[in-house]
Amino acid sequence: MTQTRGDAAPDIDRGVRLAMYRSMLELREFEQRAYDMFMQDLIAGTSHLALGQEAIAAAFGVAMRSDDWTFCTYRGHAHTLARGASMTAAMAELMGRGKGLTGGKGGSMHLTSVEHGAMGSYAIVGAHLPIAAGAAWSAQARGTEQVAVCFFGDGATNIGAFHEALNLAATWKLPVVFVCENNLYMEYTPISAVTAVPRPAADRASAYGLDPILVDGNDADEMYRTALDALMRARAGEGPSLIEAVTYRKGGHSRADPGTYRPKEEVAAWMERDPIDRYRVLLLELGVSENELAEIERGAREAVDLATEEAKAAPLPGPDELERQVWRDGGAAWRN
Amino acid sequence: MAELTYRGAVAHGIAQEMERDDRVYFIGEDVAAAGGVFKTTGGLLERFGPERVRDTPISEEAIVGLVMGAAMTGLRPIGELMFSDFLATCWDIVANQIAKTRYMTDGQVELPLVLRTANGGGLRFGAQHSQSLENWAMAIPGLKVVAPSTPTDVVGLLAASVRDPDPVVFFEHKGLYAAKEDVPEGEIVDELGTAKIRREGDDLTIVALAAMVPRALEAAELLAAEHGISATVIDVRSLVPLDTRTILDSVRHTTRLATVEENPRLCGWGAEIVSIVAEECIWSLDGPVVRITTPHIPLPSASALEDLAIPSVNKIVESVTKMMV
Repeated sequence: MTQTRGDAAPDIDRGVRLAMYRSMLELREFEQRAYDMFMQDLIAGTSHLALGQEAIAAAFGVAMRSDDWTFCTYRGHAHTLARGASMTAAMAELMGRGKGLTGGKGGSMHLTSVEHGAMGSYAIVGAHLPIAAGAAWSAQARGTEQVAVCFFGDGATNIGAFHEALNLAATWKLPVVFVCENNLYMEYTPISAVTAVPRPAADRASAYGLDPILVDGNDADEMYRTALDALMRARAGEGPSLIEAVTYRKGGHSRADPGTYRPKEEVAAWMERDPIDRYRVLLLELGVSENELAEIERGAREAVDLATEEAKAAPLPGPDELERQVWRDGGAAWRN
Repeated sequence: MAELTYRGAVAHGIAQEMERDDRVYFIGEDVAAAGGVFKTTGGLLERFGPERVRDTPISEEAIVGLVMGAAMTGLRPIGELMFSDFLATCWDIVANQIAKTRYMTDGQVELPLVLRTANGGGLRFGAQHSQSLENWAMAIPGLKVVAPSTPTDVVGLLAASVRDPDPVVFFEHKGLYAAKEDVPEGEIVDELGTAKIRREGDDLTIVALAAMVPRALEAAELLAAEHGISATVIDVRSLVPLDTRTILDSVRHTTRLATVEENPRLCGWGAEIVSIVAEECIWSLDGPVVRITTPHIPLPSASALEDLAIPSVNKIVESVTKMMV
């Protein structure tokens, strides 16, 4: 697209590329399976899928240090799994099972796996930008060189917390990477119809003294280079980055939305730019064999099959779970 | 023993905890170089340096979000909201994020943080800088809620809040900042969830919080001297956790109950206490329970009006003598 900042890694390792491919496939398979299970009423509530946006989560997942932190949104299955969270536990969580990532208490919009650095999925738009900045402040204070990466949608650029977090992170030079996944629609409305500038994140960067970074979010290599660059800068004490990764969702905003407000031609054009299809072509061009790719694809599918079966077999949460974990003592008591 | 103001107790308490634990950091608007708009945090910057005591922009969501993110990743931060009224500007992060994240993550995320804020009226600041908002916090599962009435309690309860593994909203009463008392030497650490009996009496139990405690005590002296009514005064101190045992035991003894609340009438903390008393010891009561509160209005600015609104010593005496007939 334009203005990439990928000088940090002109050559990407074969192993890194295959890891990103495998990760994207797992995210795709997992969410397609989750969608099917919603349709079969095996999963209740709502879901917000990142189908079509996998390159961003996968690239960061591969580029981040294992002790870095991810903060993501209600559209957070991909970002959580890309850090290595258990697919079985994630699927069990969507199904409301006791063995789920958060014991059935969080659900689809709140997947969390602290042991993998997935510090939570935040379902109120924009709230997690200052929270991610807080984790970065902690890293800065303790001198750990950890980085907080905060994923959010284009819609979040118009909420107050975006401004407060960006200004403070830039002023304090916090090691945080803000990643705007611009999928062109805030829920059902084109972001361009409600935003004063054409590039909702990149055009705002200068307000915080940051460079505008606009990348093709459906290009895994470009995302990987951009991620490495921003992570390196943050670790080196050069402060935050604000990345606008342009992408597109395959479906609607949530389970209830068929996405019919998007022009057919626009959808068709974006489907041609599917990040996984494109990456497969690239990997073949780079000499990865058809057999090896097929093997990776089968591996991802089987991993999701296994996770699904294990999740289906998991028990429901017991009634004693209801009043657990409000407080550190494990309970919910508010009086003596 | 050394004399300390409630104002001075704030810096004293923060310093005690920062000295003890290098994970304790403190941020807020005008808290570092300026020492706080209420002069509650003077000297902390000089003593602990600009990394640990830091001024923020006027960005309450950023302050509260920062404190949350830092608490879940190894710090034990204290954030200041200059006026409790400003909680409304960052309520999403307080009520939706901080309060719920431990539960939503099934205990994966811990938030050992303290939000300090100047609460309450009496300073003629008008409706947007005078509210008593502890009920807002009390209504949200996952927040501990503390409101001290004395300098010693400021230090001790602040220490308990900083050391608590769960998030605490710490309401200082701005009308009490000038209050003084002798405070014990050495480390002071109190316990959350414990009420204190400030005065013993046999005829009724008056339950009060923060700035209403000294008023209730003064009223109790007048009730004894002029009306022959002997009142117990309980300082609730901590709304969550709530020390219902102390209150119920006292009501069983005195058989009468009045609450003194600075908050507007509806859903005040006293209503919860009254409902607990009604459920658990109604047969001990010898007469109707009375809630003395601010009327259900925004607080006015003019002295003559604000003094009418917030429960005064006279109002307490009058209400109690009426109920004890």
